[in-house]
Amino acid sequence: MSPVSTAAPKLEMRGVTKTFEGRRVLDGVDIAIQPGRSLVIIGASGQGKSVTLKIAVGLMRPDAGQVFMDGDDMTELTTAERSRLHGKLGMLFQGSALFDSLTVWQNVAFRLINADKIPRKEARARAIDALQRVGLPRDVADRYPAEISGGMQKRVGLARAVAAHPEILFFDEPTTGLDPITSDVINDLIIEEVRRLGCTAVSITDVMASARKIGDEIAMLLGGKIVWRGPAKSIDEADNAYVQQFINGRAHGPITCV
Amino acid sequence: MNPVRAIGASSFDLLQSAGRLAVFAARGVMAAAMPPFFGRQLVRQLYAIGYFSLPVVGLTAVFTGAALALNIYTGGARFNAEQIMPQIVALGITRELGPVLAALMLAGRVSAAIAAEIGAMRATEQIDALQTLSTDPYRYLIGPRLTAGVLTLPLLTLTGDIIGIAGGWLVAVATLKFNGTIYIANTWNFLQPWDVISGLIKSAMFGFIVALMGCYHGFNSSGGARGVGRSTTNAVVSAAVLVFATDYIMTSLLR
Ligand SMILES: Nc1ncnc2c1ncn2[C@@H]1O[C@H](COP(=O)(O)OP(=O)(O)O)[C@@H](O)[C@H]1O
Ligand SMILES: [Mg+2]
Repeated sequence: MSPVSTAAPKLEMRGVTKTFEGRRVLDGVDIAIQPGRSLVIIGASGQGKSVTLKIAVGLMRPDAGQVFMDGDDMTELTTAERSRLHGKLGMLFQGSALFDSLTVWQNVAFRLINADKIPRKEARARAIDALQRVGLPRDVADRYPAEISGGMQKRVGLARAVAAHPEILFFDEPTTGLDPITSDVINDLIIEEVRRLGCTAVSITDVMASARKIGDEIAMLLGGKIVWRGPAKSIDEADNAYVQQFINGRAHGPITCV
Repeated sequence: MNPVRAIGASSFDLLQSAGRLAVFAARGVMAAAMPPFFGRQLVRQLYAIGYFSLPVVGLTAVFTGAALALNIYTGGARFNAEQIMPQIVALGITRELGPVLAALMLAGRVSAAIAAEIGAMRATEQIDALQTLSTDPYRYLIGPRLTAGVLTLPLLTLTGDIIGIAGGWLVAVATLKFNGTIYIANTWNFLQPWDVISGLIKSAMFGFIVALMGCYHGFNSSGGARGVGRSTTNAVVSAAVLVFATDYIMTSLLR
């Protein structure tokens, strides 16, 4: 497992299990992330990456096991306490999940306006700053999400996730379904924002190029468990048949896909 | 599965859904009743649910009032009682048809729209996104819709009552040779406040049901676009059925 470290983990999952309709998707996930590190969880589609992330964020309850954020067990919190913990985190959703009834700037400023009760004028200025950091011009601010491209929506989603200076960021398949160039732009923006905020990052992806680029460490989810974890730099030398099959994209090997 | 087990299993399912609905309704009411409130969302819903339903409620009311007048006139004529037509029309509309028809139009228009919108938000993870942005979906989405349903349906019903009575008046004056002034005077002298008020109390409850069904089915929708379609249908059907059932219960209580 991970090298021994002294700091308390920012986020830790212990023995997390989850079953849907009799099918065990997570079967004891154990993983911890140190503050300021970027961890990427890789795995084939359907292996439960999204479920893992939803449980880590507190959007879904595990059947068993615990999730600690800064030492607080998220699974035992009341809604109000969880809402406070949500104040520390930001999440970029796979489909961006922008509110389609609100304009781009209102999306980015959503937390500032609705949870932090910052005056709309100030929130708008901060949203436009955040949009500029992710490379979006000022005039995008007053458009609706349906009026901009998928790549731009991803940028808006990123701006919204970082607008309130989170301590931990979650990325669900940040580049899946994007063209290679847009993907690389998004990867760069993610790295830039994570570094600027000095925050912890947890990502899930099935795209190796993203995993290598945004991760300090990579962990592999298979059969409901973390089967390998190591530094992103040395993943090519990983002495693990599953990892080798995945990073080389071979249909034949120990993993069989449905 | 044997029949007894099948009945047992389905009544268990029914109880379970009733329990889930009750919990959802309780959380929704708490969110609607206690701060923080989302004023902008409430205003948006007042417009969407109330203001934009005016044409459809008005049209339904005027035609129903007119048809009701003709029918009662025909029936009354069989025992020379056609002159009490205005009173019966007024009573039928304020106590029964006004509230129920307005509620049914809203079940079609509003339950469906709410279920589709919230269902699509569920499918595209917008509801998850709300939570990660420290915003309670019950307060942001459900509360304002329930409040708007309860506030606007009585107002729509009152408007519908007036338009429906006007529809009866139009037919009576234009085709049945009633004197317009006397028609109005008869209606006015006959109606008691409770006729109107009991209808408005019912319609507040109907407004709650219509909004709740849209919210509940949309919020619990799953399975992508097909799921949204399914939850929209379920919202409309369950809202309509519940309106009729509640109508009977409340009518017998408020008589
Ligand atoms: N809410 C849910 N209800 C039922 N099954 C689910 C739900 N969420 C995920 N699953 C199932 O769990 C499995 C893992 O899903 P997911 O975490 O989305 O995989 P991925 O690794 O591709 O992100 C899938 O088989 C999926 O059908
Ligand atoms: Mg996924």
